[in-house]
Amino acid sequence: MSAPVVHAHHAPQGFIRKYVFSLDHKVIGIQYYFLALFSVLIGMSLSLLMRFHMVHPDAKVAWFAHLWPTAAQGGIMTPELYLSLMTMHGTIMVFFVLTTAPQSGFGNYFLPIQIGAEDMAFPVLNMLSFWTTLVALVVMVSAFFVQGGAPLAGWTAYPPLSAVPQTGPGEGLGQTLWIVSIAIFCGASLMGAINFIATLIDLRCQGMSLMRLPLTCWTWFVTAILALLGFAVLLAAGVLLILDRSAGTSFFIPAGLMVSDQILNHKGGSPLLWQHLFWFFGHPEVYIAILPGMGVTSQLLATFSRKAVYGYRAMVYAILSIGFLGFMVWGHHMFMSGMSPYSAMAFSVLTMAIGVPSAIKTFNWIGTLWGGKIHFTTAMMFALGFVSLFVTGGLSGIFLGQPALDLYFHDTYFVVGHFHMIMGVAAIFGMFAGTFYWFPKMFGRMMNETLGKIHFYVTFVGVYAIFTPMHYLGIAGNPRRYSDFTNFDFLGKLLPVHNFMTQAAYGTAAIQILFFINLFWSMKYGKKAPMNPWNATTLEWTIPSPPPFDNFGGQHPVVNHGPYEYSVPGAPRDFIMQTDPPDAANPPATSH
Amino acid sequence: MPGSITSDIIRPPAPPRGGGYGGGGGQDGRGASRRASMTGLMVLLAATTMAFAAFTSAFVVRRGISNDWVALPLRPIVWVNTAVLLGSSLLLELARRSLRTGRRTGFNRYWTAGTVLGALFLVGQAMAWLQLNREGIFVATNPSSSFFYLLTAAHGLHIVGGLSALAYVDVQALRLRLGPGKRTAVDVSALFWHFVDGLWLFLMALFLVWG
Repeated sequence: MSAPVVHAHHAPQGFIRKYVFSLDHKVIGIQYYFLALFSVLIGMSLSLLMRFHMVHPDAKVAWFAHLWPTAAQGGIMTPELYLSLMTMHGTIMVFFVLTTAPQSGFGNYFLPIQIGAEDMAFPVLNMLSFWTTLVALVVMVSAFFVQGGAPLAGWTAYPPLSAVPQTGPGEGLGQTLWIVSIAIFCGASLMGAINFIATLIDLRCQGMSLMRLPLTCWTWFVTAILALLGFAVLLAAGVLLILDRSAGTSFFIPAGLMVSDQILNHKGGSPLLWQHLFWFFGHPEVYIAILPGMGVTSQLLATFSRKAVYGYRAMVYAILSIGFLGFMVWGHHMFMSGMSPYSAMAFSVLTMAIGVPSAIKTFNWIGTLWGGKIHFTTAMMFALGFVSLFVTGGLSGIFLGQPALDLYFHDTYFVVGHFHMIMGVAAIFGMFAGTFYWFPKMFGRMMNETLGKIHFYVTFVGVYAIFTPMHYLGIAGNPRRYSDFTNFDFLGKLLPVHNFMTQAAYGTAAIQILFFINLFWSMKYGKKAPMNPWNATTLEWTIPSPPPFDNFGGQHPVVNHGPYEYSVPGAPRDFIMQTDPPDAANPPATSH
Repeated sequence: MPGSITSDIIRPPAPPRGGGYGGGGGQDGRGASRRASMTGLMVLLAATTMAFAAFTSAFVVRRGISNDWVALPLRPIVWVNTAVLLGSSLLLELARRSLRTGRRTGFNRYWTAGTVLGALFLVGQAMAWLQLNREGIFVATNPSSSFFYLLTAAHGLHIVGGLSALAYVDVQALRLRLGPGKRTAVDVSALFWHFVDGLWLFLMALFLVWG
């Protein structure tokens, strides 16, 4: 093969071109990461307000009245305000944190580098996708500031509540802004998905066959496909909802609906149609949230056990299966909607089927660790934490996947515990793991390990303390989305559990300050990072920390090895990088 | 003279080094490679398909769940618009064929004609809407009309996107700036247009069979 062609590629000049309207996938990745970081602060604040209200529903808090004169008159949070905080908490966390950082944040930064490319396939589209996401976030947050405030229909926005503007405060302009924001977000996601898929298919360097891709790339690839197909359906659903709200159509609104003593002029629609369309998107969405974390975990477990990922091929097939099956199980969110038991059985069987590739991945992670030389870095701790939380969160899903059991668990805290464990914690741990692992590469400095370990241990214990009791609460019959249950005898008894969870939430939230300190302090004052601080094998560790603007300095890497050649028998070191010569396992003897 | 129409007919421009027609786009480091652009197009078409699959599913469900569906027969102008759209696709294909044999003038004429017909389709669709309005049929009149407006609007948005691409190529061609590096733009725009044409045929079938 002839010498690699060096593309004419000029470094951007000027602050705006370099750091604001940048075409560089690395800058865009960091922009997405900080968008997610900002969003998680909002989402976390909302959750703390919710947890406070659940144990002190009648509390008079002076600054509530300042912030929400109508919704918190006298400083007491009304149920409507609680529901709107809950809606925005879910929406911001699911969309602007879990769908952005793992995929668009780390994926944008590292996918091109890990496949040996200079940039994404469509850099301008990439830049557009970030700024469109930012516009979506601005529109979403603006819902707090309009007449009526933020919507209260939940992140799932079920009609008729969400389809009829007069059903409650926030359901007017607030809900419209919510739908518009989500529609804009759909567009941004689609742009990103096109980029990821085209980049991965067409821009791999020489020698980077599909079966030599790091598992992170496989997860980003499948996640992009899920996003592509899922967000298109959400966009369609959102358009129908907007029409119902403002054009008088009746896609989702049935006849005879009465709001505030007035019969509405709609007829013939079905709220179930929304549920089907939403959850057809909604289930792939949760796999979008978790798959990149799985890829990061595989990567880190291999690096810090000095062992290849156990069963690489099986891991790839598992990722593909999870993606494929993920499109076939949406009905398990609708077991209580009145569907035919036969449909329920079909969805249930498919839901259990998706447990198989998930279990394969879990066993393979354990297999990766087994007999390895484990390095307990902070990144590794978070990866191990991911495995633990994925198992805990995933196991409760198996119960929920049985229609007979979901009869009881639906709309209880059991569901809340399940999805928080798996999304709110496991996926977040994946992001923490990725942060600690890739920070040296992104910023050229090491994060502080002591701060990292303290942050890890307190967070790990804290999230188990917050979310494990929710399973108990669910079994005890505690409904979800209630702003106040102190007036029910059988629930009033559970208040001490809520108290415990709220205290745990305060503590866990507080310790995140340590992470922020670590992150920002280390960016400027952390120990300078070498090119390959973890002695890892993938392509990002062959370039300087931080990387030059065109990643590989105009050269095109040639890949000769798989992604996880750790502890290869006979090799001089306990790792062989992907770009090492083909005979790196048995280098020819040199004579002096 | 380089860039002159007549000399281009007599002697088509030499293909770029390192690739044939359509191999450009990535050679000078600007823009995406041809393969990546094609992949990107296919991926975009997959997303569009899913969105219209969702609309179709809503259509079928809504039609089936209630007894208030009043059939909306297609007005004659819609058939005219369909013919116009098919014609524009045909003209674009003739344009591409001209380009492959180096006949620049032919390309310019066919492509411009195809773009103009595409714009005429949009005008015709607007006329169809106005006709329905005059008959007192609006978005909320009946679920059948809701879906007609919705589907034609969603399709129309994709037509607008496609037209922008066609117009871009047309302007480049008429300014004699359609070098080998832009062949991918020609192919991607034409393929997208054919997809939107096929999508319209599907929507027509939906209206005819289920509407």
